[in-house]
Amino acid sequence: MVVFSAAAEEDAEAFVQPRAAETALDRSYPLRRALEALLVPLLALVLAASAFSLFLLFLEKSPVDFFALVWRGAFGSWFSFQNTLQRAAPLLLTALCVALPAHLGLVVIGGEGAVVLGGLAGAAGALLLLGAPPLIVQLAMGLAGVMAGAAWIGLAGWLRARRGINETISSLLLAYVALAVFNHIVEGPLRDPLSLNKPSTAPIGDINMLGTLPGTDVHPGLAFGITACLAFWVLIYRTSFGFSCRVTGGNIRAAQLQGLPVAGLIVIACALGGACAGLAGVIEVAAVHGNANASLAAGYGYSGILIAFLARHNPLAIMPMALLVGGITASGGLVQRRLNVPDATVLVLQGMIFLSILTSETFYNRMRWFQPRGAV
Amino acid sequence: MAFDGFSRRKFLEGTAAAALAGTLPTQMAFAKDLVVGFIYVGPKDDYGYNQAHAEGAAIVKSMPGVKVLEEEKVAETLDVQKTMQSMIELDGVTLLFPTSFGYFDPHMLRVAEKYPKIEFRHCGGLWTKGKHPANTGSYFGYIGLGQYLNGIVAGHVSKTKKLGFVAAKPIPQVLQNVNSFTLGARTVDPTITTQVIFTGEWSLPVKEAEAANSLADQGVDIITVHVDGPKVAMETAERRGIYCCGYHANQQKLAPKGYLTGAEWNWASVYRSFVEKAQKGEPLPNFVRGGLAEGFVKMSPYGPAVPEGARKQADAVKAEILKGGYSVFKGPLKDNRGREVVASGKAFVETAIELESMDYLVEGVVGSTA
Repeated sequence: MVVFSAAAEEDAEAFVQPRAAETALDRSYPLRRALEALLVPLLALVLAASAFSLFLLFLEKSPVDFFALVWRGAFGSWFSFQNTLQRAAPLLLTALCVALPAHLGLVVIGGEGAVVLGGLAGAAGALLLLGAPPLIVQLAMGLAGVMAGAAWIGLAGWLRARRGINETISSLLLAYVALAVFNHIVEGPLRDPLSLNKPSTAPIGDINMLGTLPGTDVHPGLAFGITACLAFWVLIYRTSFGFSCRVTGGNIRAAQLQGLPVAGLIVIACALGGACAGLAGVIEVAAVHGNANASLAAGYGYSGILIAFLARHNPLAIMPMALLVGGITASGGLVQRRLNVPDATVLVLQGMIFLSILTSETFYNRMRWFQPRGAV
Repeated sequence: MAFDGFSRRKFLEGTAAAALAGTLPTQMAFAKDLVVGFIYVGPKDDYGYNQAHAEGAAIVKSMPGVKVLEEEKVAETLDVQKTMQSMIELDGVTLLFPTSFGYFDPHMLRVAEKYPKIEFRHCGGLWTKGKHPANTGSYFGYIGLGQYLNGIVAGHVSKTKKLGFVAAKPIPQVLQNVNSFTLGARTVDPTITTQVIFTGEWSLPVKEAEAANSLADQGVDIITVHVDGPKVAMETAERRGIYCCGYHANQQKLAPKGYLTGAEWNWASVYRSFVEKAQKGEPLPNFVRGGLAEGFVKMSPYGPAVPEGARKQADAVKAEILKGGYSVFKGPLKDNRGREVVASGKAFVETAIELESMDYLVEGVVGSTA
């Protein structure tokens, strides 16, 4: 059986449109519905912040100082904001790796595997084409990374669709396999003999590296991430493919009865998600490291899970949520240095936000004022 | 100094409020103090690699006219570039010590190019004149002889003649430690062997505990490590009733009964000398290396289980080492597959460039590099 996710339930409800006569009476419903989607998470954020303030008071630290530093480190200046954007960039893509399959009711948590294999495939692709024009090399890297990521998560999807294996477990275990394969290749066949104490693949060459976005210090991963979020929003909410996916997520038996190619949809959605995570890996190689090495496994795949759930798997909502998480991590250093608290402090805040927002999901459709009104 | 009478807390409130108002010129806050930044890859209380650096930073903190800022658990990704920039832009740091090996290339080099007036000194990187920016540099210590002394003590204490080594990755630095430890033990009894287990990662506590347990199950009675945080392995050894030799920092507290001795970094002296030079406005050296003799490395005090004979031999060898020019890798030396790796008549001191690309395990080590 397919697990129902919150997003899928919400979609299922969206199909139950009020009858025409009622719609006429309730013109403000779409507005109230949007307001609900905005107010509930905001309230959850405020709650999380209050709970965290108590925690800080318990540690005898000032919450005012804390949030002032978070603001300063994350958004307070152009430097800080770029820092936040930069940290959000890979998370946009890895969050999509969770959000896309979620519309089919799947919980895929192994994006980290697609990130490292995507990066490795990209680095390997560049090495095959060294000497070709940079644009060709970069395109090849992108293609290789996207395909590797797609294949890896697509495999988890295929196992779900054809063999009935739980995709949550299989994708997580495949991530460990991916890391092991990655380490083996980086420390073995593809190791640059000059990388003595930090095993890495040979450098892709400065000429093939991605620069920064004009006028900023942020690498192009941000542009790719935003484009992908917008494109996948259109795909999910404005195409028949997306509609089929959401029907499948809403009720898989109904989808099968309608003759939808459920297995194919599952594999394709997983592969698309994996492609995003793979792209995140390639960008890390092409914009940051210049080769593939163990630093690629920095946990972006796992942070993506957090963001996708915070965004309720809506690709548009992923953007502000990635900004939020990026901002918290960006300010983490300043908080650590100024307040003299351990690094784990910001993790506590992240954990509280996560819990609070997930709990707040139960408030949707409960408050009467937001519900459709009709003639009684 | 304007802020002298203020507590840290008040100062923070002040800066935070000013920051909110958006009026604070960021670098004013620390007017004349030398502001030094330390960046660690793991927690600074890991009883290991990071703690060794944090202990050095604590000494710098106690120096007059210095303000120390620390940040722990910073990944070897863009994160560390942003941390360095944030320390420079928001805190007015002018001397930075990014302490993890992976911070060097490309991260520190890239940030250093953007900030030519800030000094960067990195732990472990191979700084090369002409190739790397002049405002960067590197420092590192030769700790292999410390593991050699560990081995001598272990050789005296071991009853089963089987030693164990929990190692991260088969890279030259680690292999040199495994080999030195084994060679030290075999000067006491040439039948001693060392079983090595590579966990594959720098910090993987669960695997490190498994490795320590499995070594104890195989009859190993002394273990040592080369991972970032030796804590788990040391505690496991103590719980299993076997002995251990420390690495990176002093782990005596974790294994009060079984801790024999340990090879520790002594970064305090290195950091103090950099900071003193910076305060006087003298140019900072770009390439700094040293070992036991130069005070970069020290040994933990002997634990209660170390017999008199072991102390005597280890102290005698240490005295020789302190004179300088001591070499452990002397020909004829075979690896554990019978291949000759150091020809007879040749001897490599710890600074020898040949040791920097070590890819073998010497005779007496059980295990393989791949």
